[in-house]
Amino acid sequence: MSWVLVLPLTIPFVTAIFAFLFREQSAGRWISVAGSAALVAASLVLLVQTIDAGVLAAQMGSWAAPFGVTLVADLLSAAMAVITAIIALAVSVYALADIDADAERAGYHALFNVLIAGVMGAFLTGDLFNLYVWFEVMLIASFGLLILGGKPEQIDGGVKYVALNLISTILFLTGIGLLYGMTGTLNMADLAGAVESADPGLLSVVAVAFMVAFGVKAALFPLFFWLPASYHTPHFAVSAVFAGLLTKVGVYALIRMFTLVFDHDIGFTHEILLWIAGLTMAIGVLGAAAQNDIRKILSFHIVSQIGYMVLGLALMTPLALVGAVFYLIHHIIVKANLFLIAGVADRIAGDTDLSRIGGLYKSAPFLAVLFFIPAFSLAGFPPLSGFWAKFIVVKAALDVQGWVIAAVALVVGLLTIYSMTKIWAEAFWTPHPDGVDPSLATLAPATRNALVLPVAGLALMTVVIGLVPGGFMSFAETAANQLLVPDAYISTVLEARVE
Amino acid sequence: MEALLAITIGILVAAAVYLMLSGHMMRFIFGLVLISNAANLTIFTAGRLTPGAPPLIPLGFDGPAGDVANALPQALVLTAIVIGFGLFAFAVTLVWRAWVALGTIEADDMRIAEPKEDSQ
Repeated sequence: MSWVLVLPLTIPFVTAIFAFLFREQSAGRWISVAGSAALVAASLVLLVQTIDAGVLAAQMGSWAAPFGVTLVADLLSAAMAVITAIIALAVSVYALADIDADAERAGYHALFNVLIAGVMGAFLTGDLFNLYVWFEVMLIASFGLLILGGKPEQIDGGVKYVALNLISTILFLTGIGLLYGMTGTLNMADLAGAVESADPGLLSVVAVAFMVAFGVKAALFPLFFWLPASYHTPHFAVSAVFAGLLTKVGVYALIRMFTLVFDHDIGFTHEILLWIAGLTMAIGVLGAAAQNDIRKILSFHIVSQIGYMVLGLALMTPLALVGAVFYLIHHIIVKANLFLIAGVADRIAGDTDLSRIGGLYKSAPFLAVLFFIPAFSLAGFPPLSGFWAKFIVVKAALDVQGWVIAAVALVVGLLTIYSMTKIWAEAFWTPHPDGVDPSLATLAPATRNALVLPVAGLALMTVVIGLVPGGFMSFAETAANQLLVPDAYISTVLEARVE
Repeated sequence: MEALLAITIGILVAAAVYLMLSGHMMRFIFGLVLISNAANLTIFTAGRLTPGAPPLIPLGFDGPAGDVANALPQALVLTAIVIGFGLFAFAVTLVWRAWVALGTIEADDMRIAEPKEDSQ
């Protein structure tokens, strides 16, 4: 029973080891692809079993909860595991063409798989200190990936990324220490009960420490500055997996802790989150409007979109949480895809600076279609997935008479369209300033397939989520109910059999 | 003892914040070392300072006999120290690389990834 929870962690680690051993040969990159494919299979099995059982839990090292480390998957965790595996597969195929031999010899594929293991661990652990450890696994791998290649811009962005993320880590650690001092436990399910007897004032202080720590990871206003400073510098495959997954781990941690543990004073903690959500949306989208490089624009849009997810958490109504879960699933696919497309545009048109490229619509119409889908899904065009995600969150805000925040969400949606049409107009419609016709046909067939297949696959998923949102919606509803009433989560963890 | 440690933690954090705000990356790293040790001491203090015997279980028993010190915070601190050490090794190397590649480690001058508008 417990192996389905362990496999998503062991597969990327084993893949990382073999990818590292074969880093000098082309076998290394295929090992990475095979490992990611196995990961997709394993996480799908986990998802199916979780849908069957509601919540799955397993105790590591034969220590019963709350003493040992628990691995636990509810619907949200399982869904995040599947999405992570899908992004891992897409990016490892893309990396076949995007990552040069130097970066491979430096251990790109090993670092990438360790990063995926860290993300998986963060989604599947049921222990707070273990979450810290997974954050570190993820962080150290991301440091390596970010500066792989060693260009001055990468080092510059890397310093800012490392500095702010280390501060967040230390705040997280302090928060864990204080929470342990108050309750005597680190098991998240056990904490849910233990905090009820804690001093609510002190608990709110600790909650804010966690909010700041996860807020840095999730790139919330005013803690997001590391993100637009660094995300446009590494390889495109790296920035795609960062954009898709890393901030979302922060959002997931926020959702988990502020539905399970810190729900004692929603009027205080979630009110702060509401303000932050509104400001994150607005500042992010305004920052994007001032940028002129595809990846910089997209980086600011990550910040802006995080605001919508946190808005769902801040409202804390059943519908709002459905929105947050749906938004997470939709956003990871769309955002990773947009960064991958930026990489293709860079490859055939020569740059990502909008003033230096153009003509993609005329000479690469297929790429234009593939860009159109995630870009306008991000902006919230019906019938693409982003429309439904935005629709639920805004509807949830209107249901609780949050007129102002709903208005902010809608205006931010409009400004997102502005940025996306800017990319569309500059990169796709206007002719290339150098008079060349950037075309996919200029790429070698193997390179072209490796670059376009993942993009097309992710775009297809966006369309499917948009056209048949019903199934995803009812799934998100069940997941949101588990978050709001975590009784099953708590009882499953605390009663999980020691094997 | 708790009060003494609390004051120590406070001093460490104050010194760390001062160093980290100076804008020089090397001082920032020193600040980070101080503040992470403050975090470790916080965990240690929060786990209650019990002057008891070492938490060892004698042969043939299921649990330790009598009052023993809480071993968990020590395990947590140990883990945090190990992880922190690795991160600092990386951070110091990165700052060195930054000095080689950029010629400066003053935060205000590090504008290669984010050039000023008028210099574009």
